Amino acid sequence: MTDGRSPEPAPAGARYEVVIGLEVHAQLLTQSKIFCACSTAFGAEPNAHTCPVCLGLPGVLPSLNRSVVAMAVRTGLALGCEVRRKSVFARKNYFYPDLPKGYQISQYELPICEGGKVPIEVGGEERTVRLVRIHMEEDAGKNLHGVSPDGSSGVDLNRAGVPLLEIVSEPDLFSVDEAVEYLKSLRAILMYLGVNDGNLEEGSFRCDANVSIRPRGATALGQRCEIKNMNSFRYLRQAVEFEVRRQVEVVEEGGQVRQETRLFDPARGETRTMRSKEDAPDYRYFPEPDLPPLIVDDALVEEARRQLPELPRARAARYQRELGLSGYDARLLTGERAVAEFFDAALAAYGAGPERAKKLANWMNGEVAKLANETGLSPREWRLTPVGLAALLVLVDSGKLGGPGAKQVLDVVFREGGDPKAVVEARGLAQVSDEAAIEAVVERVLAASQAEVEKHRSGKKDLTGFFVGKVMKELRGKGNPAIVNALLRKKLGG
Amino acid sequence: MSLSVEEVRRIARLARLELSPEEERLFQGQLSAILDYVEQMKELDVSGVEPMTHALAGEAPPLREDLARPGLAPDEALANAPAREGTCFKVPRIIE
Amino acid sequence: MSGSAGSLLHLSLLELSEALAARHVSSHEVTEAALSRIAETDGRLGAFLKVTAERARAQAAAADERAARGRRLGPLDGVPLALKDLFLTRGIETTAGSRILEGFIPPYDATVVERLDAAGAVLLGKLNMDEFAMGSSTENSAFKPCRNPWDLSRTPGGSSGGSAAAVAARQAFGAFGTDTGGSIREPAAFCGVVGLKPTYGRVSRYGVVAFASSLDQVGPLARTVGDAAALLQITAGRDDRDMTSSPRPVEDYGAALEAGAAGLTVGVAREWLAAGVDPGVAQRVEEALATYARLGARIVDVALPHTRYGIAAYYLIAPAEASSNLARYDGVRFGLRAGAEGGLRAMYGETRRRGFGLEPKRRIMLGTYALSAGYYDAYYLRAQKVRTLLRRDFDRAFERCDVIAGPVSPTVAFRLGERVDDPLQMYLADVFTVTCNLAALPGLSLPCGLHPTEKLPVGLQLIGRPFDEATLFRAARALERELGPLPAPPEISA
Repeated sequence: MTDGRSPEPAPAGARYEVVIGLEVHAQLLTQSKIFCACSTAFGAEPNAHTCPVCLGLPGVLPSLNRSVVAMAVRTGLALGCEVRRKSVFARKNYFYPDLPKGYQISQYELPICEGGKVPIEVGGEERTVRLVRIHMEEDAGKNLHGVSPDGSSGVDLNRAGVPLLEIVSEPDLFSVDEAVEYLKSLRAILMYLGVNDGNLEEGSFRCDANVSIRPRGATALGQRCEIKNMNSFRYLRQAVEFEVRRQVEVVEEGGQVRQETRLFDPARGETRTMRSKEDAPDYRYFPEPDLPPLIVDDALVEEARRQLPELPRARAARYQRELGLSGYDARLLTGERAVAEFFDAALAAYGAGPERAKKLANWMNGEVAKLANETGLSPREWRLTPVGLAALLVLVDSGKLGGPGAKQVLDVVFREGGDPKAVVEARGLAQVSDEAAIEAVVERVLAASQAEVEKHRSGKKDLTGFFVGKVMKELRGKGNPAIVNALLRKKLGG
Repeated sequence: MSLSVEEVRRIARLARLELSPEEERLFQGQLSAILDYVEQMKELDVSGVEPMTHALAGEAPPLREDLARPGLAPDEALANAPAREGTCFKVPRIIE
Repeated sequence: MSGSAGSLLHLSLLELSEALAARHVSSHEVTEAALSRIAETDGRLGAFLKVTAERARAQAAAADERAARGRRLGPLDGVPLALKDLFLTRGIETTAGSRILEGFIPPYDATVVERLDAAGAVLLGKLNMDEFAMGSSTENSAFKPCRNPWDLSRTPGGSSGGSAAAVAARQAFGAFGTDTGGSIREPAAFCGVVGLKPTYGRVSRYGVVAFASSLDQVGPLARTVGDAAALLQITAGRDDRDMTSSPRPVEDYGAALEAGAAGLTVGVAREWLAAGVDPGVAQRVEEALATYARLGARIVDVALPHTRYGIAAYYLIAPAEASSNLARYDGVRFGLRAGAEGGLRAMYGETRRRGFGLEPKRRIMLGTYALSAGYYDAYYLRAQKVRTLLRRDFDRAFERCDVIAGPVSPTVAFRLGERVDDPLQMYLADVFTVTCNLAALPGLSLPCGLHPTEKLPVGLQLIGRPFDEATLFRAARALERELGPLPAPPEISA
């Protein structure tokens, strides 16, 4: 469904439904800024990454970074947009201390990409959210508050000129869940493409929401409000839910929702007025005379198309189709490109077939994911290698390593690296799978527990656990559980 | 095309220019005269005419390679700053 | 070759260059002569805002040192020049003729400055100008007026008034200015020197304080056509830092300089010599055309029917772009700051109130209005379409001729104070020059005699095809050879 309406009732209550459009500003992962050669690296002292151009000194001119264009085209192609062969930059004029030139160079009437769509899945159903446009622009600097005892503010222009992609969706989202899914899907795609690092907290992936309500079943859009300053999914939820409640209240009390821009206040979980339509600034857009129209030729588009990686949804579909993985498993694995690539490499080392794929998926989505969350490390930072994980699984398959032992080995290898086999030996974690040895222990245990054997024989079957426990204790937990159970069954006769 | 004083004030606000009452009156008269003069452009039929927003038609220059290069050191960047605090430009308190 | 300072200063730039090359004179000698001349005359003239004597002497010494080793850098090595105070010069105060930049010390050089430096030119100082290049008389300089060397009660023209006056008064051997609507050609005409506005994009604008981005162009003022060609030669050519600079290769402007007028077709727009041109000016222009005919050029009539709309289009486009370009003068990062005790809004307002003179304020107001919501289509956009119509006029004309000739200005130099109270009247005098900027064509002003009664210089304007400066030089040189040089201005005689 492209012009989707959610089949699920929206949480705005029985009488109203909510309509949401989202504007994402994503910082591009280039080395240098969009219009000058200053570094985009994060975290330097204020104004350490500046030059006359991004300081907006008299006489400077913008020089367009080719990677910004390449990334914009790549993103447009990945999202199914129409890439304009000719697009134009424009000046957006307003005064603010963090805007050195007194205007932002952006794109207005002729953006680089138009249309496009982002796939989302809600309630088990796939649908697409339409995009209006994607355009390139420069970021502003940062205003710092309370930098001096007299209450003055400070201006840091390190971020001024960092390249942004602005991605605007149609008002095609009909619940907070959909909004969050949209952001997650878009974010994953941008990270897959290598154009953005997906970091909401640091502000490299920012989102503003346009929220309106309308009577259930109506087709016309209600008056919308723009919500800014939500820098986590949780805050987005809170903000939109508050806003919907607020708008419903206004309407129920016989009023009309005023078009305005509102800021989310995380401390209170509320949105409040930033400015109303009457105060809306007149940006006086006009085409940027210092930059000729941007011509994107076929060669550039074809090269970008060739460089597109397999995107999350396509990859997940392939995992289901070719590897027989469940939708759930596939989605978890393809959430992050680096994880999916790790999985692919591990599977290549481990071997083909749906059984192996499933086992590997279980470990990746289970124990490995747990360790990743605990340590906060990304796949590039794991000491565990794809080959190492495959080797670990082979040890388990061959019975040389039991479940608990394997978890221990994984933990060690994940944090410190190393070959699983070596770790098993060094720590004596090898599983005992020698039938004869286990049988001897089983007979010893049964012989020493005659009373319980009698009780088991006369019907107390839940004593099996007792015997397993004793055998495992003798084997220091390293007994191959399958063999222990099989031998106990044989000896106990049932 | 006569500009009202209100319009003059609105434009001055947009441009962050503080005008004295004399300047407001002066500009009201002078700008109105100029705008009257430029009205004659309406005589022309410009339907179908492309605006010449960029002088260099068809000479698309090469784009810049994405390489980071050092710019100004913070002290150089701040050398003309009317006020500074550490390596920040200092400005009156910004109320958001 | 006489070594007396006075006659040294009457050499043309090329003659001086030859003398330096032959070591008949040293850069030190000629630089001292120029500095003395400035000291003697500039109190009355007001061409210089700043004389950089120390730096000039150091540069002259270095030039002489190179000459002694037979390592002259080229024709400009050791030649004293001066620059309009719109060109950013590293470490040297650059004001753009405005109080809002008083004390501003740029941390970088304009590209043109770098190229002149690399050629060994000696910088005598920064020249007076109308504030932010807005004006036709240099009366809008925030610091002091500049006077016409031919008659100190008259203006030298503007906005590059200091540049024209300094060259005419033999204070410098050449100068650079900028031309947005006639600001090189008109002062050149008023002061009796050669002035060239190259094709838009021929010379880099990087490091030149911006007035109107799609119209501004850097160009030379000099005493002879050959001098102007030499100055263009060094400064023309693509600059990676200016994306509006053309990648077209720079030809050898000296090659066809002496080719003569025979074989050229000179177009004359009869609209231009119609109403409004002072009879003495018209007479000199007609005589120049007759001379061309005598020299073997063909004279044809061409139609430039949209000429009369040029002022309207110009006085919407230029202020619109200027209103945006001047937004960066806000007291935050450089230049004047006032009113900060009253808070941020007060700081913006008071800084710009005190820092800008009346003309920049007027144009910012006009430009802001032309771009504002509801007016953009009727004013700015329409003016840009009229621009296309003007360009088409010229394209059609150039199918039938090689250069278009006419007056530069309807009058000769006017008196100081004569036009300050009627801005519209001041603007209307730009009628012959603005169309060149709007159509992005090269235009040259050449002295073609003195006004028969007022005895003040009259300038002939030659307009050429895009990037055809060579033909302009050729045509101008042919006339210059025939007419001989203008006498030196009697008011300021050596």
